[in-house]
Amino acid sequence: MNLALWAAKTGLDAQNTRMSVIANNLANTSTTGFKAGRAAFQDLMYQNIRQVGAQSTQNTQYSTGLTLGTGVRIVATEKDYTQGSVLQTNGSLDMAINGRGFLQITLPDGTIAYTRDGSFSLDSQGNVVTASGYPLQPAITVPAGSQSVTIGSDGVVTVVPPGNAKATQVGQVQLADFINVEGLQPAGNNLLLESAASGAPQVGTAGTNGLGSIAQGTLETSNVNSVSELVSMIECQRSYEMNSKAISTTDQMLQFLTTNV
Amino acid sequence: MTGAKQIMQAQAVNNHNIANSSTIGFRADSVSFDSEPIYGPGYATRVNAVAGDAGTDFSNGVMQSTGRDLDIAVNGSGFISVLGSDGKEAYTRAGDLRVTTTGAVTTAGGLPVLTESGQLNIPPSTQVTIGGDGTVSVVPLGLAPAASSPIDRIKLVNPPTKDLQKGDDGLLRLKSGGKAKTDENVTVTSGMLESSNVNAAQSLISMIELQRLYEFQIKSINSTDQNEQSAERLMLTSGA
Repeated sequence: MNLALWAAKTGLDAQNTRMSVIANNLANTSTTGFKAGRAAFQDLMYQNIRQVGAQSTQNTQYSTGLTLGTGVRIVATEKDYTQGSVLQTNGSLDMAINGRGFLQITLPDGTIAYTRDGSFSLDSQGNVVTASGYPLQPAITVPAGSQSVTIGSDGVVTVVPPGNAKATQVGQVQLADFINVEGLQPAGNNLLLESAASGAPQVGTAGTNGLGSIAQGTLETSNVNSVSELVSMIECQRSYEMNSKAISTTDQMLQFLTTNV
Repeated sequence: MTGAKQIMQAQAVNNHNIANSSTIGFRADSVSFDSEPIYGPGYATRVNAVAGDAGTDFSNGVMQSTGRDLDIAVNGSGFISVLGSDGKEAYTRAGDLRVTTTGAVTTAGGLPVLTESGQLNIPPSTQVTIGGDGTVSVVPLGLAPAASSPIDRIKLVNPPTKDLQKGDDGLLRLKSGGKAKTDENVTVTSGMLESSNVNAAQSLISMIELQRLYEFQIKSINSTDQNEQSAERLMLTSGA
């Protein structure tokens, strides 16, 4: 129907989606390892009503054409993978990655998910698991009654077993990296999944091949910048209001037409 | 009638601008009206209004800091070259770039970014830096930061804006259809994005102005109708 109405409607839709992204970011300002999202806008296709340069007569050309834009859309909600600040917790199974890389988690269905959230605990069998109870990959088991757990910056986990003064190595945490980390698919629960856009994971030892190092006793906080999110929220709200104003104005124009003709 | 229709189209352009007030690097469109006489035998009988593009507003948007390595904003005038979906070189101000699995650098919409010699590709790397002149340097995977090496340079152009025209996909192209020359003077800033240059206040004022103009047009249709009716009534009375 009326292009003026629909162009404004696409603006409302897009601002609404953007507001969801901002609200999700603000809700996750305290989520460990959370990466802020951002909605990427792009203008929709243009309708060419009159071609510029077309012949107006045999000898002259139109110096201007008329192309009508049809509005806006959100092409992507991309995540910003800049490092969050590191928070000291002193938890022996808390680890933050300082630099690139993701911890690998085995999901209940056997597939591997990736996360920056390094808050782990032990389950009843002594396995190192996430807050949701999903085991770390490669699996690490801490023997019952161990005195202390130490995680080195290269991910080597050593424990002091009961009745033994000598520390023994029980496993090594490995990190995965991707060519296009922004292509990872967020799966909720602080987990990310490999996608066609992210490429295959390159697993390696922390601190080598450009991978970050592991810091025990610390957690990476959310990288949401509340100030910029709040500014975006204001911008989003005003933009929404303008689009809704555009719809009501177009509506009034049409109303004027129907009542007066 | 033509006036009302053309004004509604102008309103559509204005609404399109408002809808794109958050689109990175968007350039506002404007509309002008021409009068086009309808020639018959002798004098022109009527003069119709015809809406036309008054072109694109090339003033700069506001710089927004994002801190992301692959976000670039063009300082002052100039454009980033990308390969349009039609396979031809096109220009944009939107610098929110990303890397695909194959290492190609693309825009948010997935269009490959161009260098002087072709498409920009980067090897698997830990750190990507885009310099002021568009030079992309990377630290290859597995090497120390000291191994940072320049890969290629993004083609930045600065053709006269009067030669540029917006295509159906919102990208700018040369009216002549050719390729613009690389301009050494165009610089970019990384970690920043340029917002849309839509002026909110101006768009809202134009919106009101167009609304009132539309009402004038409808009013004149209405008055003409009333005139006709009076004339008809007159004829009826005199005929009786």
